[in-house]
Amino acid sequence: MLPLSGERKNAKGIVCGRAESSDVLRGTTTLKRGFAHMLKNGVVMDVTNVEQAQIAEEAGAVSVMVLDKLPSDVRKAGGVARTASIRIIEEIMDSVTIPVMAKCRIGHVNEALVLQETDVDMIDESEVLTPADELRHIWKWDMTTPVVNGARSLAEALRRIEEGASMIRTKGEPGTGNVAEAITHIKKVNDELRTIKSMYDIGDNQDLVRMAREFKVSYDIVEQTAKLGRLPVVNFAAGGIATPADAAYLMSLGCDGIFVGSGIFAANDAAERARAIVLATTFWNETDKVKEAQKMIDERQSMLGLDVKTLELRMQDRGGSA
Amino acid sequence: MSAKIGILAVQGDVAENVSSLVASIADLNQDATVHVVKTPEEISQMDGLVIPGGESTTIGQMSLVNGSQKVIKQKVESGMPVLGICAGMVLLASNATDRVVGKMEQPLFDFLDIELERNSFGRQRESFEAKIAMEPIGISEYHGVFIRAPAISSASDDIEVLARFNEKIVAIKKGNIIGTSFHPELTDDLAVHKYFVNLVKESKN
Repeated sequence: MLPLSGERKNAKGIVCGRAESSDVLRGTTTLKRGFAHMLKNGVVMDVTNVEQAQIAEEAGAVSVMVLDKLPSDVRKAGGVARTASIRIIEEIMDSVTIPVMAKCRIGHVNEALVLQETDVDMIDESEVLTPADELRHIWKWDMTTPVVNGARSLAEALRRIEEGASMIRTKGEPGTGNVAEAITHIKKVNDELRTIKSMYDIGDNQDLVRMAREFKVSYDIVEQTAKLGRLPVVNFAAGGIATPADAAYLMSLGCDGIFVGSGIFAANDAAERARAIVLATTFWNETDKVKEAQKMIDERQSMLGLDVKTLELRMQDRGGSA
Repeated sequence: MSAKIGILAVQGDVAENVSSLVASIADLNQDATVHVVKTPEEISQMDGLVIPGGESTTIGQMSLVNGSQKVIKQKVESGMPVLGICAGMVLLASNATDRVVGKMEQPLFDFLDIELERNSFGRQRESFEAKIAMEPIGISEYHGVFIRAPAISSASDDIEVLARFNEKIVAIKKGNIIGTSFHPELTDDLAVHKYFVNLVKESKN
């Protein structure tokens, strides 16, 4: 059974069709959110080519995310970061059996539609790429393909869910190898969930409507989320995860799974590290296994990492006020 | 005797199966408990096991790591009922082929002699909901949720076909082993989970 809070039954993304002799529905909330539920307790890895995608699949990744450049290289390169080459996405789809995701720019409806037409399994409307619209995100109810969005707080998460996001991830600070921001974001979301849940439990509708106004979302989504006591969609950790212990810690904070961006393929021991992060995510609550995983990697091979306080470009702020 | 039903919690949608099983047990008023299991020790105490939806490559590899695959094999071969859903059904098979990539070298439990195709209906955009029937187990209409679903093109004679969708086999049964391409845990129809709870209770008695 799946929470369908905020569902729009008349959404354009829902397609009625025929499969030979039967009526079928595609793009429903159940199918889009359900897809994300299949990824739970897994690791999604950023890749830029077929070779990396195959390493990820062999390591036990539940999905790969195709980018033109790893987030750490996006930082170095500067300029405008856009969606990856369609030809590379197609090559990767033809060479791995796990789902393939790709990123589009925040608010860029047609980049998303192109990715949908390419048949990627999920689209990440991502702050790692240069936003196309600072004020608006994509109206994701019009998409048949599910979309994941980043969030730093419960307010951002619920705004994205009201726009039709089928999955949420923390923003963290991408491309830094620094997990601090992802930890801050998941802790904030958890704190705020506890707050609204306690309001719901004591029947304080007055405060729930105050929260809805503060969050800039509808009362209904706040009430339904408060009742559930968790986000109505799957919530992954992302942004700055570089080691097995990073992954295990975020899982222990209640994340449903892990996105690893630059952490794996910007390191010098990618194949081992990929496998180690999957191990630590699967067995996060067994410290001996996490230690085993951590032992598989060499700290001297980890990406150097950046202190978030001195960054000129804070990707997490992109699209955050919208 | 109370029966213990486990859900293999390596990867995938474990919580949804917990709630479907808990609701089924309550509806049936059966004496059974639901457990989230991951270690070989935990699995060895179960009377029935659900292998949930997820990624079959991940679940297969990670259940090799801690030795749970071996325990599952022993238990199922000695009669423990198992319900494999989507990725779980892939893992029950003797071999798997991907619709696009072809023959797969992935760890499988090898219980069922079937020709299984992964992602048989296409990628996520082609995922669908449709009505199906499982007449052999008395379910005349069921709402099937198919997400990047596998399907079976042929099965050996000792395997009972429970459901087809457009000629493809989407649910099967061989004694204590059940596999479905679709996700009963994503709907609020408990018929499949109830059938499984009863199967576990029968095998326990």
